[in-house]
Amino acid sequence: MRRIAPMALLTAAVLAAGTLTACGGGSGGDKNTLKVAFPKDTNNKVTVRDDYVELVARAFEKANPGKKVKLIPIQASENDYYAKIQQMMRSPKTAPDLVYEDTFLINSDIAAGLLRPLDPYLGKWADWKQFEPAAKAAARGQDGRTYGVPDGTDTRGLWFNKKIFKKAGLPQDWQPKTWDEVLAAARTVKRKVPGVIPLNVYTGKGAGEAAVMQGFEMLLYGTGKDQLYDPATKKWVTGTKGFRDSLEFLHTVYGEKLGPDVSDALSPNIQTNVATELMPEEKLAIDLDGSWLGQQWQPKGGGKPWPEWPTVLGRAAFPTQHGAAPGKVSLAGGWTWSVPRQSQRPDLAWKLIETFQTKHNAVEWCVRGAQIAVRKDVAADPAYLKSLPGIGFFTGLVKISQFRPALPVYPKVSAAIGEAMEAVTSGDASPKQAADAYDEQLKSIVDGRTVAKP
Amino acid sequence: MSRAAATGAYGTAGSVARPRRRARALLRWSPLAPATILLLLFLAGPIGYCVYIAFTDMQLTGQESTSFVGLANFRRAFGDPAFLNAVVLTLVFTLVSSILGQNTLGLALAALMRRASRPVRTLTGAVVLTAWVLPEIVAGFLLYTFFERRGTLNAILDQLHLPSQNWLFTLPILAVSFANVWRGTAFSMLIYSAALAEIPQEVTESAEVDGASGRQRLWHITLPMIRRSIGTNLMLNTLQTLSVFGLIWAMTRGGPGSRSQTLPVFMYDQAFLKSLIGYGTAVALLLLVVGALFSVVYLRLLREEV
Repeated sequence: MRRIAPMALLTAAVLAAGTLTACGGGSGGDKNTLKVAFPKDTNNKVTVRDDYVELVARAFEKANPGKKVKLIPIQASENDYYAKIQQMMRSPKTAPDLVYEDTFLINSDIAAGLLRPLDPYLGKWADWKQFEPAAKAAARGQDGRTYGVPDGTDTRGLWFNKKIFKKAGLPQDWQPKTWDEVLAAARTVKRKVPGVIPLNVYTGKGAGEAAVMQGFEMLLYGTGKDQLYDPATKKWVTGTKGFRDSLEFLHTVYGEKLGPDVSDALSPNIQTNVATELMPEEKLAIDLDGSWLGQQWQPKGGGKPWPEWPTVLGRAAFPTQHGAAPGKVSLAGGWTWSVPRQSQRPDLAWKLIETFQTKHNAVEWCVRGAQIAVRKDVAADPAYLKSLPGIGFFTGLVKISQFRPALPVYPKVSAAIGEAMEAVTSGDASPKQAADAYDEQLKSIVDGRTVAKP
Repeated sequence: MSRAAATGAYGTAGSVARPRRRARALLRWSPLAPATILLLLFLAGPIGYCVYIAFTDMQLTGQESTSFVGLANFRRAFGDPAFLNAVVLTLVFTLVSSILGQNTLGLALAALMRRASRPVRTLTGAVVLTAWVLPEIVAGFLLYTFFERRGTLNAILDQLHLPSQNWLFTLPILAVSFANVWRGTAFSMLIYSAALAEIPQEVTESAEVDGASGRQRLWHITLPMIRRSIGTNLMLNTLQTLSVFGLIWAMTRGGPGSRSQTLPVFMYDQAFLKSLIGYGTAVALLLLVVGALFSVVYLRLLREEV
């Protein structure tokens, strides 16, 4: 008997530990519940996406009796959202069945084996041919398979306040042709309309990818071809004048105090500040920003309803550095719905993607979310075309829009660019020093696969 | 069978007695077995896994396979100016906020409160303790609004017609150090209050009779007598301060640039924002080493007899 006791205790302990770990991890959940992870705006008042996802989820439940959709809104800054879903997707116990992926990260996650190819489903799906080829390419891995269904894209340009422009004596149909003209307008505002921030360009680590895409790459892509990645040699580019000039532009904006106060510009909340305070309170004259900005001012679900904005705001394309053809620059991005590899219910998840992308729901999203349509039938829909003032302008930028190098290593390159921007903006480094530091970091990120360009 | 009998039997029937003794030893340990197993499973297991990851190139995203890279992560850390910057800032943060700030202020408060009247003591105690029981992240946001450009501190300075400063921007590491002092002083105060209460009244009184000044009494009587508490307090404070993350993250996110990026923030940045789990974990291990070094110093301090 005595000998048995320790064995019994040990067994009990192991069993206890076993059950505990099993409990701790949670089981895969029941077969009929779909878990959907998506980002929730850091501003609680902005519920555009939450409302839309909720709407579609309830419709899905109604159409599929017995099935449940569990929403997992993740309220975090952009970069924290990515890290969070990546961690969730690593284990079958925590993986959602459907996840909202930024195209900026999708290739990295595909390479990490976190996502499931959707080709078997797409092949049988009639609606797929409605999608623009560029949008389809956004979610394609290097293995040629497609890992997500895009629900919209976006373009970028300059938003300007016509009332402030009038006070400064600047034209109402402003369209700068070079960087210098942008800076000149900002300087005029600074001189003639005190108390107003002349120009916002997102910068630094706080704004994350927003700074790199809306800020830096809008500049860099206007300085010449293939300044970041050279597709011919399949190598990343170092040492370009364009890179230094782009940093120099930031240096000018923040050095001459044409931009927001540096501590605000570097704060992680700057995007929310611009959209819900600086713009609607008319404290900002020019903003280099995305096509979706209007969703913040929607009467329903917007963070800051602002009925007058269609008359107050003007839009201009962002010019190339010295006005070289085609004269304007825009970048396109967007998000996709993807199914994690560890999802236990991929078939059901696909069904929900189909529900998201019925034409009716797709129009609904493009209208609510101020998205640029990626489906031809949506783009032609009158409800879409009338949805937001300026939607025609931003849709027009699609044809000149460029894409970020869709490679797994891109998010790290982007982080390095953010650091270079931050160093210049905070005055910790000169543009040249920051560019050199970037070159060094780049070499280690891409394992030396770099090519120097003058 | 008694212990003596078992020993006596050793010579003649050793082959029987030994397994029996072993069984008894095992039996004596058996009540601890579940706890030990749980500890191994939930504490040692993850730590061991972390150590393993630190020697691999594991990533959160971007690559599927993970391979063993030996000491590469550690070599990389020592060649990385950002890591060295983080080490320096961590030392500054620890020195200023823990050793100088929390520790000294805690002792001063404890000493003052012994003399203070009851209402003052209660009020001070309550205020200091409130700061301590607040969750780190809440304290972080509170102090963010205090130091922020349009925050409370600048409003006060404005009222006094003093120049306002953008504290989180110009002196980020001092701002977060101050925040940590604000938050963590209560702990030291409690420890020192207990220690001071232990000093026998007669000793102080006789020193006073011998004509020792206040400073002499502090230096020659009080401090030596509470030396052990100082050591314990310094060790706990330091270890706590070394791992502060939420406070700094909420206030500055390690910025601007990397001017308040201490090791835990740097680690998070590398592991989760740059997805380099392997490298981030190696940095975490190095942070553990820094903590261990501090502990060794304090333990020596504790061991030496006066």
